[in-house]
Amino acid sequence: MAVGHPVEGVAEIPEAASRRRWLAAVGEFCRRRPLGAIGAAVVLINIAVGLGADVIAPYDPLATDYGAMLARPSMAHWLGTDAFGRDVLSRIIFGSRTAMLVGFACAFLGATIGAVIGVASAYFAGKVDLLLQRVMDIFLAFPLIILALAVVSILGTGIVNVIVAIAIPMIPRAALVARSSALAIREMPYIDAARAAGFRHRRIILRHMLPNVMAPYLIMLTAYLGQAILAEASLTFLGLGVAEPTPAWGLMLRGAAVQFAESAPWMAIFPGLAISLAVFAFNLFGDSLRDALDPRLRAQ
Amino acid sequence: MTRYIIKRLLLMIPTLLGVAVLVFFLMRIVPGDIVELRFAGESVYASKENLDTERARLGLDQPVWRQFLGWMGGLVRLDFGTSMWTGAPIGEEIRLRFALSLQLAIMATIVAIALAIPLGVIAALRQDTWIDYVVRVLSIAGLATPSFWLGIVFILALLIVFKWLPPMVYTPFWVNPADNLAQLIWPALAVGYRYSAVATRMTRSAMLEVLREDYIRTARAKGLWEKLILSRHALKNAMLPVLTVIALEFAFLIGGLVVTEQVFNLNGLGLLFVEAVAHRDYTLTQALVMLVAFVFIFVNFLVDLAYAWIDPRIRFR
Amino acid sequence: MRRYRYSLVIASLVIAIGAVAPATPAMAQDKPRYGGELIFAVPSEPPSYDAHREETFGIIHPVAPHYNTLLRPDPTDKLAAKIVGDLAESWTISKDGRTYTFKLRHGVKFHDGSEMTSKDIKASYDKIIFPPPGVASDRKGEYLDVEAVQAPDPYTVVFRLKWPSGSFLMSLASPWNWIYKADILAKDMHWYETHVMGTGPFIFVEHVRGSHWVGKRNPNYWDKGKPYLDGYRAIFIRDSAAQVAAIRGERAHIQFRGFSPAERDSLVQALGSKITVQESPWDCVLLVAMNHEKKPFDDKRVRRALSLALDRYQGSQALSKIAIVKEVAGVQVPGTPFATPPAELEKLAGYGHDITKARAEARRLLKEAGVPDGFTFTFKNRGIPMPYEPVGVWLIDQWRQIGLNVKQDVVEAAKYFAELRGGNFEVAMDFQCGYIVEPDLDLYKFQSKERSPANYGRYTDAMLDDLYEKQSRAVDPEERKKYIREFERRLLDEETHYLYTLQWHRTIPHSSKVKGWTITPSHYLNNQLDTVWLTE
Repeated sequence: MAVGHPVEGVAEIPEAASRRRWLAAVGEFCRRRPLGAIGAAVVLINIAVGLGADVIAPYDPLATDYGAMLARPSMAHWLGTDAFGRDVLSRIIFGSRTAMLVGFACAFLGATIGAVIGVASAYFAGKVDLLLQRVMDIFLAFPLIILALAVVSILGTGIVNVIVAIAIPMIPRAALVARSSALAIREMPYIDAARAAGFRHRRIILRHMLPNVMAPYLIMLTAYLGQAILAEASLTFLGLGVAEPTPAWGLMLRGAAVQFAESAPWMAIFPGLAISLAVFAFNLFGDSLRDALDPRLRAQ
Repeated sequence: MTRYIIKRLLLMIPTLLGVAVLVFFLMRIVPGDIVELRFAGESVYASKENLDTERARLGLDQPVWRQFLGWMGGLVRLDFGTSMWTGAPIGEEIRLRFALSLQLAIMATIVAIALAIPLGVIAALRQDTWIDYVVRVLSIAGLATPSFWLGIVFILALLIVFKWLPPMVYTPFWVNPADNLAQLIWPALAVGYRYSAVATRMTRSAMLEVLREDYIRTARAKGLWEKLILSRHALKNAMLPVLTVIALEFAFLIGGLVVTEQVFNLNGLGLLFVEAVAHRDYTLTQALVMLVAFVFIFVNFLVDLAYAWIDPRIRFR
Repeated sequence: MRRYRYSLVIASLVIAIGAVAPATPAMAQDKPRYGGELIFAVPSEPPSYDAHREETFGIIHPVAPHYNTLLRPDPTDKLAAKIVGDLAESWTISKDGRTYTFKLRHGVKFHDGSEMTSKDIKASYDKIIFPPPGVASDRKGEYLDVEAVQAPDPYTVVFRLKWPSGSFLMSLASPWNWIYKADILAKDMHWYETHVMGTGPFIFVEHVRGSHWVGKRNPNYWDKGKPYLDGYRAIFIRDSAAQVAAIRGERAHIQFRGFSPAERDSLVQALGSKITVQESPWDCVLLVAMNHEKKPFDDKRVRRALSLALDRYQGSQALSKIAIVKEVAGVQVPGTPFATPPAELEKLAGYGHDITKARAEARRLLKEAGVPDGFTFTFKNRGIPMPYEPVGVWLIDQWRQIGLNVKQDVVEAAKYFAELRGGNFEVAMDFQCGYIVEPDLDLYKFQSKERSPANYGRYTDAMLDDLYEKQSRAVDPEERKKYIREFERRLLDEETHYLYTLQWHRTIPHSSKVKGWTITPSHYLNNQLDTVWLTE
C-alpha cells in the first residue's frame, strides 16, 4: 500500500482515482482494525458534539437554578445538576467544544512546530543540529507542569494562554521524534544525490524527508491530542486553566465535585468519564493508525 | 569508549548552563514578587517601607546582572543559598522531599515494568487476537484516566470500603518500612499503572519488530517455545527503545507528579515546585529546576551509554 | 469632664475584670483528663517563625502554643469579646485614658529556664511598634497611637498613648504579638525568624518541612495544672479533601480553620457521634473592589448598580449550602455590639428584599450612566476553591441578570496582589479577615488611598476618613455606633465605594475526643491549646 512510502508521483494521478483510493484505504482500515475505527468514530462524535453544542444542549450551560441545586439525574436533567443548579449534560456538551479546541490547537501547534524543528535539525546537521538539540534538551529538562505554570503566570489564564502553555512543552518532544525519523532518511544516498543535482533545500525537505516523517507525525498528533486534553484538565485542577463559568471538563472536576463526591457523585463521574472516553478514543485511533502506517508491523 | 563517555559528559555542561540561565530569567519575567505576596497577604497596614526593607534583605533591590552573577557563582560552588520564603537552607528544604519523590519514582517504575514487560510480550506474541485487544485497551485506559481522578477514587474506596486511611506523614523506609510502604504503595500503583501504559505499547511494538526477524520466523515452524527462546536473545536489542521510554518518563516522575502529590498528600518535590513558583521564591525554584534537569540529563546520559555499549556502531559515529 | 468620669467607670470595671482573670474555664460536667497527643491538620505551612512579620494562620496554628501574649480574648468566650490577661495579671488605665499600666505575673519562665520580666514585654513591643531599620513589622500601623512603652520595674509595663483610644486594650490581645526574650532580641533581631523560644504551654520539639510540627508539654508552665495535653502534632495537609479524609480516617482530631457544609455533612454521616460540630459567624468577608480610576467604575451610579444586582438573601440561602459563606452583613459581623440590625440594613443599596425592583433600578442607573446592555468587563479573582470560586460564579451570574457580560480572569496569588496594588484591574475580588471584631480594625481599610495602603478601590473620600477618626475617638458606645452607621451608609450606599458579599461562616467538625476548645469568630484565636484536653 502506498500510504506509508515517500510518494514521488502522487501529483500525476487523476483525482477521481485518488479519491477512490482514499475511500478504499479508509474502508480497509475499518475492517482490519475495528478498535481504531471505534476510536475514530468516538473522536468524530466528540467533534460533532462540540461544533453543534448550541443546538444539541438542552440548557444554557451558564444558567443557574438555585431551586434545583445538586439535583439527581432525572427526566428534567439527564445527568443531574451541579452545585449552582446548572445542567451537567449541557455543560459536558459545551465542554466538548473547549476540549476539542484545546486538544486540536495544542496538538497541531506542538507537533507541527516540533516536527519542523526536528526535520530542519536533522537535515542541516552539523552545528545547527548541535545547537537545536541543546536548546530542545534544555526545554525537555523542565518538568511539563512547571513550564506550563510559568507560561500561565506570565501570560495569564484564559483559553489562548492555556493552549500556548500546553503546546510549548510538546514542541521539544515532537522535535525529538521527528528528528530521529528524519535522520533515517538523511543517511540515504539519494538525498546527497539530490543536493548534488542542485535541488533546493525546501524541495528536498518537502518532497523527500517530510513524507517519511508523516507517519510518526500523525501518530504524535493523535497522542498529543489525548495528552493535551489531560494536561488541560490537570492545569484546571490546579487552578491555572480556563476559568469559571466556562464549561470545561477539568473545571467540572474541581471544588464542589470533590466535596460532594459521596452525596452527589454525578458531578464528578460524568466529566471524568467524558475526559477518559475522549482521551481513550484518541489513543485507540492513534494506536491503530500507527499499526496501519508502519509497514513492518502489519501482521501477515 | 572512554572518549565517547567524555564527549557525552562535556555535552551535559552547556545544557545545564542553558537551563540555569533560562530559569533565572524566566522567574524574573513572571510578574509579582515574593515580598508583595508575603506582606500584602492579609495585612491592611503593609506599607511601601516594609516592602522595601524586606526586598533589601533578600537582595532583590540589586541590579539583575549582579543577582545573576551571585547565583552563578553559588552554582559553581554548589551553594544554592537559602529559601527566600522560609529562610531555611535549600538543602534542608529539598532533602526529605527528594527522598520521597525518588522512592515513589522507583516504586512506580517497578510497578510499570512488572506490568509492561509480560503484558507487552504476550500482546505481541498474540497480535490481533482478543488477548492483544484486551492488553491494548487496558493500557490505553491507563493513559486516558486523569491521575487525580484515580487518586480520589482510591482514597474514597479505602475509606468507604476498608474504613482505613494510609498514613499522612512520611516516614523514611529505614525508620519504619511498614508505615513507609503503607503510605506509598497507593500512589505508586496509581502512577505505575499510567506509566506502564506507555511502556507496554513500546514493549509490544519492539517485540513485534523482533518477531519479524527471519530466524524467528523459521523457528515458528518448530513451535512457540522455540520462538520464545530465540526471541530472548534478540529481545536485548529490542529493549533499547523501551529502556529509553522508561528512562525519560522516570526523569519526569521526579518533579512532575504535582497532582498525585496533592491528592495523596505527599510531601514531595512536585508540590514544593508548585509552591516555590507560586511564592516567587527564586532561589528555591532555581535550585529545584537545576536538580530535576540534572536528573533528567544524567538519566539520558546513562541511556546513551547503554545504547553505545549494546550497539558499537554508535560509539564511532 | 464627663468623658473623664466615664473613663474612670470603665477603668474600674476593667480592673475588676482583670483581677479575676484568667478564670479556669468552667468545664460543664467533665473533669479535664491529663495526657494524650492532639493531632490537627494545618492547610498552610509557616513561612518563618516570627509572628510579628507574618500574616498567615499557617504560623498561628502550629507555633502559637509556644508563646504567650500580654492579653488575650477569654478562650471560653464564643464571641471573643471579653479580654483577659495572659502574661498580665492586672491593669489600670489612667483618668485621661492615655496611660495603661500592667502588672505582670511572677515566676513565668522561658523554655530555657530564664525568667520573663517587663523588659521582655518592652523589647517585644518595641520591635512591633518601633522596629529598627532592616526589621519589617507588619502591624506598626495598628499602633500609631502609641507614644512609648516603658518598663519602670521588672513586673510593671506602661504604655503611653498620644490620644485616648477605645480599642487599645483589644489591640494588645492580638494573637500575633508574641512575647519574645529581650536578651535574644538585643543580640539578633532576626533570630526569631528561624528559632522558637517562648513562655508558652508547649515546648518546641521538631519541624519537618512540608510534613509536620511537634510540641510537647511544658512542665514548668506558669499556669499551674495546665496544659492538659502531653503534646501536639500539627500535620501540614494542603488539599481540603485530604484534610477531611484525615479526620474521617481518624488520623487527625481537628482542623482549626474551617470546613464547608458538604465536608461537615460527610464527616457527620460517616462518623456519627464520634464527631462534634461547632459553628460560628466568621470575621472574614469577601469584598468586591471597583477601580475608581477606570471607566465606567468612576461613576457611582455604575457601582451602585453592581450592588443592587445582588440578591444577597437568596445568595445567602443558596451559597450557605455549598460554601463557607452565610450571613448577610454590613461592616460588622452580625451579632456583635456594633453590627447594624437587619431592619436598618435593608435600607442600604443592595440589601433590600425586593430584588426585581432593585434590578430594575440597576438597569436604569446603568442606562443613565451610558453603559450599554451587554457591556463586558473583566472580573479578577483568586484561584482558591473555597469560597472564592463559588462566590465568583455567583457574582457573575447576578450581574448577568442586569445585562452585564462579565469575564472572569483567575489570577494566581503573587500576580494577583501585584495587580491589585498596581491598580491593574477593573473589578476584582478583595477580602478582609480580622483577628477580633473591632471597628478600628475592620474599617481601617476603607479610608482614602492616601491613608490606607489596602484601599484597592483607589478612591479618596475625606468624609469617610473623618467618620473613621470620629468613631475611633468616640468613647460613648452610642455615639460610636452612630458614626459607624454613617460610615457604613456612605461606604455601601451613598458612594458604594466597595461591595460586601456575604459574611463567612466557620464550621469546625472535630473528633468528640477533643474537649476544652471553644470556637470563636476568628481562626487566629484560641490556638494556645492550654485549655484543650482529650477524653479516653
